[in-house]
Amino acid sequence: MEARHKLLLLDDDEQMLEMYQVLLRELPSHPEVTVSNSGARAIALLESEPFTLLITDLRMPKMDGLQVLAIVRRKYPNLRIIVLTGVLDEEYRSRAYALGVDLFWHKPASNEEFTLFKDCIESFLGRDVAGEGGFRGMQSKSLVDLIQLECLSQSSSVLRITQGALEGKIWIKDGEVIDAAAADFKGEDAFKEIMSWKSGNFEILPTEPDRARTITNSYQGLLLDSVQAMDEWQGQQNAPAPTEGSPASANSGLMPLAKFDGVEFILTVPQDEKAPCESWAKDNVQQTAAWAREFQKRLRELGEKIGAGGLTQVCGFGMQRHWGLAGDDKKGLLCAGFRCAMPKEKVDQTMKQVFAKWVS
Amino acid sequence: MGILIKNSKAEVKRLPTGTFTVDSQGQVISSTVPQGVSPTLINEIGRQVVASFGAAREAGMGISELAVQYAAFRIVAREMRGGAIIFLSPKVLQLVSRS
Repeated sequence: MEARHKLLLLDDDEQMLEMYQVLLRELPSHPEVTVSNSGARAIALLESEPFTLLITDLRMPKMDGLQVLAIVRRKYPNLRIIVLTGVLDEEYRSRAYALGVDLFWHKPASNEEFTLFKDCIESFLGRDVAGEGGFRGMQSKSLVDLIQLECLSQSSSVLRITQGALEGKIWIKDGEVIDAAAADFKGEDAFKEIMSWKSGNFEILPTEPDRARTITNSYQGLLLDSVQAMDEWQGQQNAPAPTEGSPASANSGLMPLAKFDGVEFILTVPQDEKAPCESWAKDNVQQTAAWAREFQKRLRELGEKIGAGGLTQVCGFGMQRHWGLAGDDKKGLLCAGFRCAMPKEKVDQTMKQVFAKWVS
Repeated sequence: MGILIKNSKAEVKRLPTGTFTVDSQGQVISSTVPQGVSPTLINEIGRQVVASFGAAREAGMGISELAVQYAAFRIVAREMRGGAIIFLSPKVLQLVSRS
């Protein structure tokens, strides 16, 4: 028997909860609907069992919806979230999207609007939303599947793929990959770079008939090369861990990060304080790692007090050097140094790209 | 089905916006932040910013400007003679229409 989807509905209004619970249970997929009248209880429920979708109000006493979102998005990055609110304020909509919600709905005020809302929920549940990785827009399909699909159907299109701050494009003409571009890479190198991304978003853009062909290898050959490169990379990742604070060797996962324009040093600080740091061209590794941990902790706490959402990135600009700091819940912290001559906007942008590359 | 919106709710906290200056102890000297924003929160931001400049210096990562980005908020601070000027700005979506 197919498992039923589990919805968690959060609103401080008991009558509203009761009504939506009844209505959502009538959806064609007959989801299990659990309700919570407080943010704290909703978080406790999420900790106790897996849910497919969280539907939350914004205005609630004690812990408001945005505070709940900030916590939930950090702890459950794969959970789909829909905000359902009576608040008509662009700032809240912006903040909710910035916190990573999938949809922002104004509470339906008519039958037509409610039908649309129910269709939307059913559409969400219709997808395999619990799957990990994959590219949004085509759940459970890898990028290899996607390219094969386009090429086998003899399509002509442009695939635009994004992963965080990284963006790449693959041009397909009459079922053949003819060109690719990603960051500073072009042609086959760009194709391989894009294929190394594990997850992200894609969209299919209209074909560009005048695009010049720079890739002559067949799509089967390209995919084979990419899969081999990924296997080799995986082998390197499974190799013994480097010694504490050791400079990155030529095989280290830090080398691709050091290639970004303007990077002076790279330091990665794992979540586990006992695990070794890895660095490239950085001295005082332990001192910097301790500072980075403390710095991030302090700014995260400050963000929670402000209600600003998760800490995404910190950049410091100095006379001798600029630096950037960003954290990932699983991998830990990444600290990168940049040449002091680099413009601030470029530091900010490059740091985002370096971080996205590291996380990928 | 017509009464699905109710308005008897607590207000969602607004994010602070504006500029303020702090001395070397993080105490607020002047501010354009709206009065509705908790002074305790502004003092806390000032203290943390000044402490951040000091901690970075001690770790050999000295800076004169700091940009902290949260999902929905941004703090930019510039060090000034021991104190700092701090800019607070909530992030707003830029909607672009295609014609």
